[in-house]
Amino acid sequence: MTKEFDYSPIDKILENHEKTAVIAILQDIQEIYHYLPKEIFPYLAKKLGTGEARIYSVATFYENFSLEPKGKYVIKCCDGTACHVRKSIPILEYLRGELGLSEKKTTTDDLMFTVETVSCLGACGLAPVLTVNDVVHPEMNPDKAAALLKELREKEAE
Amino acid sequence: MLLKTKYDLDNAREQYGKLVDKQARKVLVCAGTGCVAGGSLNIYQKLIETISAKGLECVVALADEPHDDDIHEGAIGVKRSGCHGFCEMGPLVRIEPEGWLYTKVKLDDVDEIVDKTICNGECVERLCYKKNGEIYRQQSEIPFYKMQQRIVLEHCGHIDATSIKEYLAIGGYRAFEKALLNMSPEDILNEMTESNLRGRGGGGFPLGRKWTSVAKQKSPTKYIVCNGDEGDPGAFMDRSIMEGDPHRLLEGMMIAGIATGAKEGYIYVRAEYPLAVSRLKGAIAQAEQFGLLGDNILGTDYSFRIHINRGAGAFVCGEGSALTASIEGKRGMPRVKPPRTVEHGLFNEPTVLNNVETLANVPVIINNGAKWFRSIGPENSPGTKAFALTGNISNTGLIEVPMGTSLRKVIFDIGGGMRGDGKFKAVQIGGPSGGCLVTPNLDIQLDFDSLKKVGAMIGSGGLVVMDDKSCMVEVARFFMNFTQNESCGKCVPCREGTKRMLEILERIVNGNGQEGDIELLLELADTISSTALCGLGKTAAFPVVSTIKNFREEYEAHIRDKKCPSGNCKKLVTYQIDPEICKGCSKCSRVCPVGAISGEIKKPFKIDTSKCIKCGACISNCHFKAVKEV
Repeated sequence: MTKEFDYSPIDKILENHEKTAVIAILQDIQEIYHYLPKEIFPYLAKKLGTGEARIYSVATFYENFSLEPKGKYVIKCCDGTACHVRKSIPILEYLRGELGLSEKKTTTDDLMFTVETVSCLGACGLAPVLTVNDVVHPEMNPDKAAALLKELREKEAE
Repeated sequence: MLLKTKYDLDNAREQYGKLVDKQARKVLVCAGTGCVAGGSLNIYQKLIETISAKGLECVVALADEPHDDDIHEGAIGVKRSGCHGFCEMGPLVRIEPEGWLYTKVKLDDVDEIVDKTICNGECVERLCYKKNGEIYRQQSEIPFYKMQQRIVLEHCGHIDATSIKEYLAIGGYRAFEKALLNMSPEDILNEMTESNLRGRGGGGFPLGRKWTSVAKQKSPTKYIVCNGDEGDPGAFMDRSIMEGDPHRLLEGMMIAGIATGAKEGYIYVRAEYPLAVSRLKGAIAQAEQFGLLGDNILGTDYSFRIHINRGAGAFVCGEGSALTASIEGKRGMPRVKPPRTVEHGLFNEPTVLNNVETLANVPVIINNGAKWFRSIGPENSPGTKAFALTGNISNTGLIEVPMGTSLRKVIFDIGGGMRGDGKFKAVQIGGPSGGCLVTPNLDIQLDFDSLKKVGAMIGSGGLVVMDDKSCMVEVARFFMNFTQNESCGKCVPCREGTKRMLEILERIVNGNGQEGDIELLLELADTISSTALCGLGKTAAFPVVSTIKNFREEYEAHIRDKKCPSGNCKKLVTYQIDPEICKGCSKCSRVCPVGAISGEIKKPFKIDTSKCIKCGACISNCHFKAVKEV
């Protein structure tokens, strides 16, 4: 086990959950680190009295869990049906192009931006939408996405 | 406030009812996901500040222990309500008692609303809905609302979604009280069976039969599970109920508990609905505080608790056995049935698994009786159904109509027809498991059995409307891509079959389709549908089969002529400049990122198709609309 890793936040999370609630525990851990650090798997296995493989199998099954660090701003482009028919793909293509990202490479090297797709945020009335750290931005297009990106970058430059 | 007896509950209802009645005017700001994204919560805050600054009494929350001297005449109630449904026109603000609806409200409109409406009772007509020159002040007169019948959504937009007190004020938990104190479990089961309420999650299984099966099981431990994993892209009715009327869902689950002998309930909510999770958590905490959840409810020996589980982004968890596995903290993979969930469900115990809208129907059936419920809609599919209208339609939003309403009425009368100048082409019903309906189907009745006859299904109720600019092959590819992504990988037909189908569809939209591809798709579809393990796999091919059935010529055009008739598939489109229209301004050549456009000033420009990457920059920048996709 890695010595430098501070397990105290994890212990706190474990206090609030039953041992079987693996998904809820992983969700809470991800809330702190924005991803699942590899150090947690052997630790959780020991604490929960189960195999490392079982926890890993849960972490890799669900779309929301990430084993890679994510950017400070996680941009999720909705590509649900309603957004898709109202042209969500050009927005996604713009963001990927501008940030040098692709379907495989989703996070910028400076860990500032992550661009992902999501399969329906249920805000279909405002399609196409995207979210930045869970805040919904309605009725987007590539130009509005450009303005949004500019705004976020300026905020960082300050 | 802890309610220990029936008397306490009656008293609470009466007191809170009085408090609400004494409010001279109520301002209901829509706090559904759509309007919140449009800034409605800032409007809510500013309303409170502006009203208070005028020296008026502004009631945001009802008093905890209401006394008669708490009740002030003329106070203004400002509330965060559930989704009003008319998302296209959001943010929405409703004014009571007048029943006016203000649309597309901005922060700057708040002063005028307070000055005119709150202080002087005048309508701000500028903010009212307008169509064909007519101004609609009353919400109920707007065509979008006039033709609906709201039963499940009756409280959404009319009460504060975050307050159990408001729910009690309008007679909330009356059905639960009746079920607990005046009915035996058999009475409840009979009433539900009699009502013929069918599951709103897609399958349409009669709820009475499901509950009765669980009630018959001998195990001392049973569970009520509510499926709030509304994963169909383009469907958001369950989210609106969880956000807008959470107590009604809890009440439905509590009645299910009494009927079947379960003492614990779980609500599984998808991860993409954070607002629904927080509203439900709040509602559960309030119900516990009031003694409506917990031990010895209302002085009886009945106990019931409800837990919330957040999904983690897996569509397949909408399937019953995958959902229960996920609650147990495992990978959400479906298992072979039987045994059915009613026998071996959550933690291997007998389990009632119902969807949100289904459970939200329960309290109103207990209150009004099965006979009343059956008077709505057709014999075999009684009641109403909520639909989410999305896509290329004018009035995007959430509606509720009696089962059996015609598709034409829903799309053209309530939905206001097509958005922009597009023509109706098709509507996808039932999400990635459903099929498309086309013009000849417009007079079909929307109910379980009528839709089954034409090879579609009601699904959870998402209606995605597509106009003539939508390519149906691309739509089929889109759905197959979705299902393929979400396939859990357990059974071969779904894991491999959907992948092969997706590859074929991709090559068709990219202009590499081959003769025989249509037949191959149909063959694969048939195999997957008959051999896949769960509902996701069995229905995965439906959108492909249904688009081939209705739009075979579009598939053929892609494969044989390498053309996309609706001009949607980028790889099959070439850009040309119409020399008759082009003025030779050179704008297009300046915006072209790859230098594919050249020409002399004041003479028609030309596009070098070998360089063109079809980005569309020239089209959107040409003032004369000279660039065309052919």
